[in-house]
Amino acid sequence: MTRSVKIAPVAAFLAIVFIAVPVLISASGRIDLYYTLTSVALLSIASAGVWLTFYIGRINIGQGAYALMGGYVSAILVVTYGWSFWLTLPVAGLFCAAASVLIGLPILRLRGVYFAMVTLVLTEVARLLALALPITNGAKGMVSIPLPGALTILGLTIIPDFATLHNSRLAFYLLAVALMLVCFAVVYRLVHSRVGKLCQSLQQNEDLASSIGVNIAYLRVIAYAVSSFFGGVAGAIFAAISQSIYPSSFTVTDSVNFMLNCFLGGLGYVFGPMLGTLVLYFGWDLLFQTGRFQLLIYSTLMIVLMLFLPNGLLSLAATTRKKG
Amino acid sequence: MEQVIANGFYLGAQYALIALGLTLIFALMNVLNFAHGQMYVLGGFITYTIYGQLGLPFVVALLASGVTLAVVGALMEKFLFRTVIRRSLREESTMLLAAATAFFFDAVILLLFGEKQRGVPKIVKGVFNEGGIIMPYDRMVVGVLALVFIAAFVLYMQYSRVGRAMRALAQDRVAAQLMGVQVDRYSMIGFAMGAMLAGIVGGLLVTITGVNSGIGGPISIKAFMMVMIGGAGVVGGAIAGGFILGMMESVGLTVLRQYGDVTYLVIFAALMVFLSIRPNGLMGKPWG
Repeated sequence: MTRSVKIAPVAAFLAIVFIAVPVLISASGRIDLYYTLTSVALLSIASAGVWLTFYIGRINIGQGAYALMGGYVSAILVVTYGWSFWLTLPVAGLFCAAASVLIGLPILRLRGVYFAMVTLVLTEVARLLALALPITNGAKGMVSIPLPGALTILGLTIIPDFATLHNSRLAFYLLAVALMLVCFAVVYRLVHSRVGKLCQSLQQNEDLASSIGVNIAYLRVIAYAVSSFFGGVAGAIFAAISQSIYPSSFTVTDSVNFMLNCFLGGLGYVFGPMLGTLVLYFGWDLLFQTGRFQLLIYSTLMIVLMLFLPNGLLSLAATTRKKG
Repeated sequence: MEQVIANGFYLGAQYALIALGLTLIFALMNVLNFAHGQMYVLGGFITYTIYGQLGLPFVVALLASGVTLAVVGALMEKFLFRTVIRRSLREESTMLLAAATAFFFDAVILLLFGEKQRGVPKIVKGVFNEGGIIMPYDRMVVGVLALVFIAAFVLYMQYSRVGRAMRALAQDRVAAQLMGVQVDRYSMIGFAMGAMLAGIVGGLLVTITGVNSGIGGPISIKAFMMVMIGGAGVVGGAIAGGFILGMMESVGLTVLRQYGDVTYLVIFAALMVFLSIRPNGLMGKPWG
């Protein structure tokens, strides 16, 4: 596939998220959709991280732990130490990446279900730690976190102070979508590089990969660190949007949902997590009108989807292309 | 301290029974059954309805819990998991299915039984109080029943024809098939048995702790932990894991009480350290 072919869909996507969506929302007056779409963008960043660990053949149900960690790091730095939000964003990501290297070195030796279950437990550990540590303020959580301030470099204001904007929702939407694009571009680049091919060899057969000289321990820690970085960044922005973070902000359910987003979109496709998050989140929202039957219908649909499209939504596109 | 150990032993017997079901399903199908806790809750509510509401004998209620869950498990295997395993490119896809069925059970339980905490009348009255150990008789009965079920399960797996077939399946699916084991049939029986065990524990424990629709998820997590401690897919490991977790919980709640609510934090941290030293648990086979 040549480069010129790929530019068209990317440009179309950019036009949709940055121009069409804001125009349509302001035309219809449904400003609440900004919040929904921002959430989708952030959740898909975290899901992209999970997808990356799937790519090296590990089932990661621990992304909630890193999202929680990132949220707390950012919140504590902003509230207690008075840092600028923009500085805490990469710091939160790096903190999570560093923590994931420490945690990952021992637990990435585990495979299959063992890794899945340990990461699940990790989510619980993060929640209990947030409850027990003095700096996180226990069950009361961190509240009234100030909105992100202005970002100026050499006296030039690049991003205005969110508190002075009359529509901070639009600002958060643009921020989240921009970050989402960057993250997926990173994942796409990573997957289509030499490292990506090596990661795929881990997914298929670690022992074989190791025997022909692939440094598997190094690769899987790197992939896990990138994954956790995404989780931390997403969590930090979430804390900034809701201006609060609690130990229950990201729980096992969220971790499981991140994983489900990847499954639903399709594990074999880079943009699977984005589509999966969009469908799951909007599906859940749309079913809100069904009241008490919401969960029943939602889970039934999920089971049916799984029965007929076990390889994800994007596998549909792949099969039609093959036929046609 | 005797009291703490007695409590731990009682808890451990219950936990081991839950973990046995989970590990059986895992060993046969390579499926991590997320819905295990929900099956437990369903079993609890069935016993609650039959014994608590309709007033029939406890044994009937317990049987009904077991049989219903066995049927549910068999249907799940036949119509859901088997299909997905056949059609999916990656084995892990069953996890989405398992999570979806967990949500589904949560929804069904909530719709059928509501969100209130439900309890039933005691099955045996009175309290055992001797030698520094205080333990209500109903707890002892339930503990002993759990031990009986564990022993029956182990013996069944060891000596019956079905048990042998299932162990062969767990060891090597293809080899078992070549030896003439009907893979589909025994997978279904195994899934049904695993689900039945979850239902029976639910029925047993509803007489003591009661049941509510929200505890399925936490029970699943506990069951995962026990299986990890003992090693996934190994019967002995599940029993050991159940007793170890029960004992740690009981001791931890007493010893660590002065530091606040940190028992589970300590257990989780210990588990992660333990698994980084022994990645396959106490008795597990290496994965992959």
